[in-house]
Amino acid sequence: MLIKRSADQKLRGEDIASGEITAHGVYLNRRAFMTGVAALALTPWSREAEAQGNLQPLAATKNPAYQVQEALTSYKSVTTYNNFYEFGTDKGDPAAHAASLKTRPWTVQVDGLCARPKTFDIEELIKLPLEERVYRLRCVEAWSMVIPWIGFPLSTLLKRVEPTGQAKYVEFTTLVNPEMFPGQKRGIFGFSLDWPYTEGLRLDEAMHPLTLMTVGLYGQVLPNQNGAPLRVVVPWKYGFKSGKSIVRIRLTSDEPKTSWNKAAPSEYGFYSNVNPEVSHPRWSQATERRIGEFKRRDTLMFNGYADQVASLYAGMDLKKFY
Amino acid sequence: MTWRVRVGLKAAVWIASLWPLGVLVRGFLTDDLGANPIDHITRTLGLTALVLLLTSLGMTPLRTLFHWSWPIQLRRLLGLLAFFYVCLHFAVWIGLDHFFAWRPMWEDVLKRPYITVGVLALVLLIPLAATSTAGMIKRLGGANWRLLHKLAYVIGGLGVLHFLWLAKKGRTTPYYYAITLAVLLGIRLWDWLRKKTPLDTLAPRTGERVGARD
Repeated sequence: MLIKRSADQKLRGEDIASGEITAHGVYLNRRAFMTGVAALALTPWSREAEAQGNLQPLAATKNPAYQVQEALTSYKSVTTYNNFYEFGTDKGDPAAHAASLKTRPWTVQVDGLCARPKTFDIEELIKLPLEERVYRLRCVEAWSMVIPWIGFPLSTLLKRVEPTGQAKYVEFTTLVNPEMFPGQKRGIFGFSLDWPYTEGLRLDEAMHPLTLMTVGLYGQVLPNQNGAPLRVVVPWKYGFKSGKSIVRIRLTSDEPKTSWNKAAPSEYGFYSNVNPEVSHPRWSQATERRIGEFKRRDTLMFNGYADQVASLYAGMDLKKFY
Repeated sequence: MTWRVRVGLKAAVWIASLWPLGVLVRGFLTDDLGANPIDHITRTLGLTALVLLLTSLGMTPLRTLFHWSWPIQLRRLLGLLAFFYVCLHFAVWIGLDHFFAWRPMWEDVLKRPYITVGVLALVLLIPLAATSTAGMIKRLGGANWRLLHKLAYVIGGLGVLHFLWLAKKGRTTPYYYAITLAVLLGIRLWDWLRKKTPLDTLAPRTGERVGARD
């Protein structure tokens, strides 16, 4: 039925000029009808996806190689329980303030140690071949979700700018704009984080096929609170490693400074691979609460992606490089 | 204070204190506790406990500043309600959050400072709750009882520390609680220093302070 859903979206016309797109109200009616029909046949999560989102649909091909076979977290939870400090420190702040972020026009500057630096327009990026992948997301705060993302491998983008031999790391920078991101305004007790939010990966981590440049979820464009219009998803690392609302990707020779590491170096390391053996100083990482479930689950090494990524860290002391 | 006013005040304290619990119960029945209900319940219970604890610690300063006697009538009730919420908070941590996984919980108590101080605050509250009756005051004697119940300051401090240490960088709410506690303790300190003046040391020590002195 996933295939059927993708086919629906293709029929709805990803390539039609914006002026020809059906008026929103008509679209919603038709969507409600289709949802009703679909509800008779589809599994619960998919029904929810159809019923709840009302953003622009995004055509994507299901990539069978990256499908976690666990129940999806509800669309509602995925879009109302977020850590995105640019909008505020409460989990509900991102959804509450999401409307203030304007995601068009939007460009992403890809530069640094590469032969062909380029600034990409978001419209160009969402026309790349997109795939749907179901990944686990493990937050450093010991809760987790399962989310159907839509995107393309980061390696596709990086190959286009041709990294040079000196490039060893990749730095991601999130937009700074206190008008759009109320959390970036200074508070009474100073600030929460240094803006802009920056994150980073080693180049081999960035080039890994699991690392996804993400433009959508649940069959539609990314909601603002989830990092629209473009974010990275690195499923074997804690969620904060996956920078949101990215405006710049820079190739560097030195390890980039990352926001949470600067804020609390003993709590958040550069690597921050999901690891049940290495505690956060203030809580254990051995178990997690999957959103929507009652009992805690055991946290898996590399968030269950050890087969694919453990080799990246061969010989490294993961307690030291946490 | 008339009987009527006293009953009215106590009723107000009961209603205001049990309100957050009522909201949680309604949220549970209507499935409206957010994406992470256990976390929400734990936080709400803990925060209410801390508010009640600080409110109970605010009663004596109110008397000091304004020479009202009624706040003292509410102090024990507020303290017991705080204890009630601390117990619920602890029970949820055991039964819902960790689902009786005793080993990891015990490891957390030993290894995680914010949990250590939280559990310590709960343990210290037990003798205070147990000696809150008029009979126990009599049995202990006023002086002993007062000394024992000075622990309330320590518990308030532990509660605020628990909140400060569990919060992520950027969360400002715990600082407001810390400031509130500092102000309340500051008023007591100021009062204590004032009482140490020679004239006051001659005055007979009685349970209730007399307004005429000022």
